[in-house]
Amino acid sequence: MSEHSKLEEILKAGSLEEILGTAVPYPKEIELKGKISRETVEELSRIKNEPEWMLRHRLKALELFEKLPMPKWVVGIEELDLESFSLYSKPELEREVKDWDDLPENIRRTFERLNIPEIEKKFLSGLTAVFDSESVYSQLKEEFEKKGIIMLPMEEAVKRYPDLVKRYFGKVFPPGDHKFSALHHALWSGGAFVYIPKGVRVPFPIEAFFVIGSALEGQFEHTLLIADEGSYVHFIEGCSAPMYKGFSFHDGMVEIYAHKNATVKFTTIQNWSRNVINFNNKRAIIEENAYVEWIEGSIGSHITYTYPSSVLKGEGARTAQYVVSLSNGPYLKDTGAKTWHLAPNTSSKIVSKSISANGGINIYRGLVRIAKGAKNSTATVSCDSLILDEKSKAYTYPHNQNDEPSASIIHEATTGRLSEDKLFYLNSRGIKEEEAKSLIVLGFISEILEGLPFEYVEVLKKVIELEFSEVGGVG
Amino acid sequence: MVMLKVDNLRVKVEDKEILKGISLTVDKGELHVVMGPNGSGKSTLALTIAGHHRYQVIDGRILFEGEDITNLPPEERAKRGIFLSFQHPIEVEGVKVIQFLQRVLKNLKGLDEIQAYELIFNAVQELGLDESMLARFLNVGFSGGERKKLEMLQAYLVKPKLLILDEPDSGVDVDSLKMIASVINKLHEEGTSVLLITHYGRILEHLKPNRVHVIKEGKIVASDGVELVKMIEEKGFAAVEEL
Ligand SMILES: Nc1ncnc2c1ncn2[C@@H]1O[C@H](COP(=O)(O)OP(=O)(O)O)[C@@H](O)[C@H]1O
Ligand SMILES: [Mg+2]
Repeated sequence: MSEHSKLEEILKAGSLEEILGTAVPYPKEIELKGKISRETVEELSRIKNEPEWMLRHRLKALELFEKLPMPKWVVGIEELDLESFSLYSKPELEREVKDWDDLPENIRRTFERLNIPEIEKKFLSGLTAVFDSESVYSQLKEEFEKKGIIMLPMEEAVKRYPDLVKRYFGKVFPPGDHKFSALHHALWSGGAFVYIPKGVRVPFPIEAFFVIGSALEGQFEHTLLIADEGSYVHFIEGCSAPMYKGFSFHDGMVEIYAHKNATVKFTTIQNWSRNVINFNNKRAIIEENAYVEWIEGSIGSHITYTYPSSVLKGEGARTAQYVVSLSNGPYLKDTGAKTWHLAPNTSSKIVSKSISANGGINIYRGLVRIAKGAKNSTATVSCDSLILDEKSKAYTYPHNQNDEPSASIIHEATTGRLSEDKLFYLNSRGIKEEEAKSLIVLGFISEILEGLPFEYVEVLKKVIELEFSEVGGVG
Repeated sequence: MVMLKVDNLRVKVEDKEILKGISLTVDKGELHVVMGPNGSGKSTLALTIAGHHRYQVIDGRILFEGEDITNLPPEERAKRGIFLSFQHPIEVEGVKVIQFLQRVLKNLKGLDEIQAYELIFNAVQELGLDESMLARFLNVGFSGGERKKLEMLQAYLVKPKLLILDEPDSGVDVDSLKMIASVINKLHEEGTSVLLITHYGRILEHLKPNRVHVIKEGKIVASDGVELVKMIEEKGFAAVEEL
């Protein structure tokens, strides 16, 4: 009960800034600034006390970063002067963190105000919290540790399970894919490593929560999730940042490896503040008869680029990618999903729902490719845009390529506008414009909400109601 | 006591004048009927009283319980007790009927979810409606008759002071018509004022109107007792002009 009322209070506060307050300066142990040079990367690696192989990995990625061109489709990034960013920022921790109480008060309070410890206790199997560039908290409930589940800050995994990490790290999403994946691999810091052993089913979700603590900061967390044969896990990512004057840059990465018969659900609820430029690199490799489900909910940020991707590698592999993007105000969401069918009898389903309001822009960018020999594979793409007013826009750039005659791709797209008559119908029932809008938006995404745990649906509903309320939102 | 007073109302839509000086007065507890050929402005009148922005009042006033509501937003009019049953109820994807009704009862009656649920559940039983409708999306895929019945359920739950019905009888079968007429009667008996727009005389067999108005080309061309209906049925709207 107290959890609920606390949540209410948080959500009623109107904005994240109200909850977290404006940024409080806090002592930082080390800060890297200036040009991204070889020395920068070497220093980062030294601070982290990394094994040699990881340093080499970073340096190779840095070389690629310098060589690779800026992707043509990226707008808005050039306004970021990477050199002005603090590329690595480590909050000062006095002792080893075993409990929330071990955290410095300012950091602990940030997470408490977002109700994270409470949710962990009641609802999760484990939690990792990342503040700035470091994982500051990472706990797995004991019963799960006993089953051989591993959940650690990424850095620690590099040291404690080098062989396991080496086998997967950068193999699902290699540095060379584009400029930002290269940058990420050169500078990665923080994030979670999760390993689920064969046949183990994790009954409650595991969550990672990311907070950017100050302006002009880059966050490059790396999450690697390995689901061994026949295992099951649901991983939830939440993101948040208080409001600063300058921009912050987020270039995170998620690599998932789903072995034979494994099931992985990966849910992201991104609600960064309006000055975060958010770049995401998410990819899963899916083996025989395994299933990966992405839910990518993008609400906040200034600009977001995110395209959860699935590589259907084994026969009978399946994936579903649900992408919800809300651009409410002068913001851009460039989102979508990518799927590669590389084996017979694979199937994929992409459902994208975008909502544009108050001058917001949504771009759907998708790719479905069925390789020759991926016999009897099926792909469906449905792409719905809801535009709430004249000032707002939505574009779709689907790209489908089928090289296998026995396979099929079905594509549907709809664009809906909020009609005057629909709004009036609701108004005439005593429902005001803002309330009507949030009702219509929630209705529009109801299909996706149904797949989320109850607690998160409630949170999302409140967040969306706030977006369209007179006090909240950003308009 | 005067419930609704429409005073020399002139309304335009997209620069075209549709209502050209309409006046009528409905007292508390009265039932008035508005008839007229297609395109004469009946729906325009209903939507203007309910406050649709598209319908611009260029002259005249609308008074509700003595207060000028001409410029009030639609949700305010609803809160004061005006309810419009639409000629074409709209589809809202993803919003379940039960959720919607709970929201309406919260906004208009201040009921919490549980109170609203009980009220809705009882009303559905009482009116002999199909419960499964509550789990469907609002009007999505509903037949004409189902939509009209859902409008009546809403009216019955809200119990407005003024019920405006825009062709509640078009596109419905005989049984549905009976149900619709019985809801109108129930509310009317409880003191609700009714402004009933209809195209046919059929529904009036079940009701006891106080007055009948005939609109043509945006003007009221006749106002009289219920005998006007008989005349229209026998001779058509053309006869009214000759009066
Ligand atoms: N949204 C609109 N845009 C343009 N013309 C309209 C609109 N709504 C109604 N009209 C016009 O106003 C006139 C009256 O329409 P309406 O009030 O719907 O008539 P009725 O309900 O009596 O059939 C018609 O000529 C119709 O074409
Ligand atoms: Mg009409």
